[in-house]
Amino acid sequence: MSEEKRPERRLLDAGRATRTMRWVMAIMLFLTVLAAALGLGALAASRALDRQLAGRLTIELVEPNPIARDHDAAQVLAMARGDRNVAAARPVDPARLAKLLQPWLGAIGNDPDLPMPVLIDLDLHDASDLAVAALARRIHAIVPAARLDRHAAWMAPVTGFMNLLLGLAAGIVLLLALATGTVVVLAARAGLETHRDTIEIMHMLGSTDVQVARLFQRRIARDTAIGGAVGGIAALAVTALVGTRLAGLGSALASGATLGPGGWIALAAIPFLFVGLATLAARIAVLRTLGAKL
Amino acid sequence: MANIVQFENVGLRYGAGDETLSDLSFALTSGAFYFLTGASGAGKTSLLRLLYLAQRPTRGVIRLFGEDAVTMPRKRLPGFRRRIGVVFQDFRLAPHLSAYDNIALPLRIAGVREEDIEQPVHEMLTWVGLSDRIHARPPTLSGGEQQRVAIARAVIGRPEILVADEPTGNVDPAMAERLMHLFDSLNRLGTTVVVATHDIQMIQRTANAQMMRLDRGRLLDPTGALRFPPSERDG
Ligand SMILES: Nc1ncnc2c1ncn2[C@@H]1O[C@H](COP(=O)(O)OP(=O)(O)OP(=O)(O)O)[C@@H](O)[C@H]1O
Ligand SMILES: [Mg+2]
Repeated sequence: MSEEKRPERRLLDAGRATRTMRWVMAIMLFLTVLAAALGLGALAASRALDRQLAGRLTIELVEPNPIARDHDAAQVLAMARGDRNVAAARPVDPARLAKLLQPWLGAIGNDPDLPMPVLIDLDLHDASDLAVAALARRIHAIVPAARLDRHAAWMAPVTGFMNLLLGLAAGIVLLLALATGTVVVLAARAGLETHRDTIEIMHMLGSTDVQVARLFQRRIARDTAIGGAVGGIAALAVTALVGTRLAGLGSALASGATLGPGGWIALAAIPFLFVGLATLAARIAVLRTLGAKL
Repeated sequence: MANIVQFENVGLRYGAGDETLSDLSFALTSGAFYFLTGASGAGKTSLLRLLYLAQRPTRGVIRLFGEDAVTMPRKRLPGFRRRIGVVFQDFRLAPHLSAYDNIALPLRIAGVREEDIEQPVHEMLTWVGLSDRIHARPPTLSGGEQQRVAIARAVIGRPEILVADEPTGNVDPAMAERLMHLFDSLNRLGTTVVVATHDIQMIQRTANAQMMRLDRGRLLDPTGALRFPPSERDG
């Protein structure tokens, strides 16, 4: 064991408890930051999904007669482009549609005689049920047989899954934060117990409560900071690694899960938060113990 | 001379049961040397604990440095404790600190700068004959050595009152005499000294000291008339 240079640090015995505390804090903070990263990633993905899906609507016109079909399509498109709630209206390119259907239809998909539906993609300003219903009424007034397909509806299972993941991550973060906070408080109390004699001596030699508390706060803050730095940096590294792997997948959903600068700052702030919590817990524990003495 | 300590009808009761200390009325003169004697269990440590503010009395008035120590708010106590040096009967040394750091503790608590601590601590270590045990931790010291560290710690801050509870119980007669000489030097510099002891010979050897006798929690001189009033001191 190395001799501490600073005399006020020597006052508190640096024993096995201190080293254990650092390891526990490192592990707890590793897990907490990782869970928070998962939560923030899920949140980002869910937001990206929302942005992409909300307000997306596809109108499907199924009409065997190509002339009537094109007429209907032109009318619906004109109406949509004039509608205040429609930000953009694009007919889906028939060639692309044919390509999309090819796996199901095979080569006959290219048969010009095969009645192909017309698809029109709409971006809406207001995607609420009410606004969509109103729009649907206007479309049905032109083409009663038109089918409306809200992307949000068919992506609902994905959104639901993302929300589940989000809730799960939030729950884990909460539980881990609770456990870490408890560990911190327990460590502060245990430290107090370990150093009870020293505290008693200092008290009798005329130390103020705040003087003793400060000694403890510093010790616990240092242990938490060292543990938190190790655990936090490891977790951030893992998060960064997972982030680059996700980006490599090239999926819109996966890349939506990457963290922005705000997310990174939030993650990096977690260890500091716990150092603060540890300091506070130690201070309260010491002041309460000393307050019971004369 | 002014009274540095004054007890008026002080009583102390631990929990339920009879009073451990009863009807204590006496005054200690600033700069005087007192012995406190009495059989084991008579209440010597209890009386000293009242004196060094480790305990509040259950009744009565205690005035310390001219202020009411009984109703004094808790947050003022540290300042008063720093003016009192205490040699505890059970030493109360910090076991993980070296002899040096234990002795330096009161100065550090008082906020003395490190460069002003080294010299007095070395002087004290020499005084109590422990300059070769400077880095030793209390568990590796003999009982008498621990006691000397405790004494050095009590006097290093030049306290206005020195309270010593059986300070020579674990040392040989030669060292006891040397320590009493240390107390006496301190006393001559103006520190009021209160020493609890069973050692009648030591009391007799110490010139000009006064004696308070406790018997089952009561002073045998209830009027506060001490065997040697301060006026009889020479010098
Ligand atoms: N904290 C305490 N709680 C209850 N009783 C106590 C406490 N401290 C002391 N006593 C009792 O008070 C009485 C006086 O004890 P005290 O320690 O003051 O005696 P003493 O004169 O110092 O004895 P000794 O010479 O053995 O050190 C004893 O009967 C003891 O049992
Ligand atoms: Mg005693």
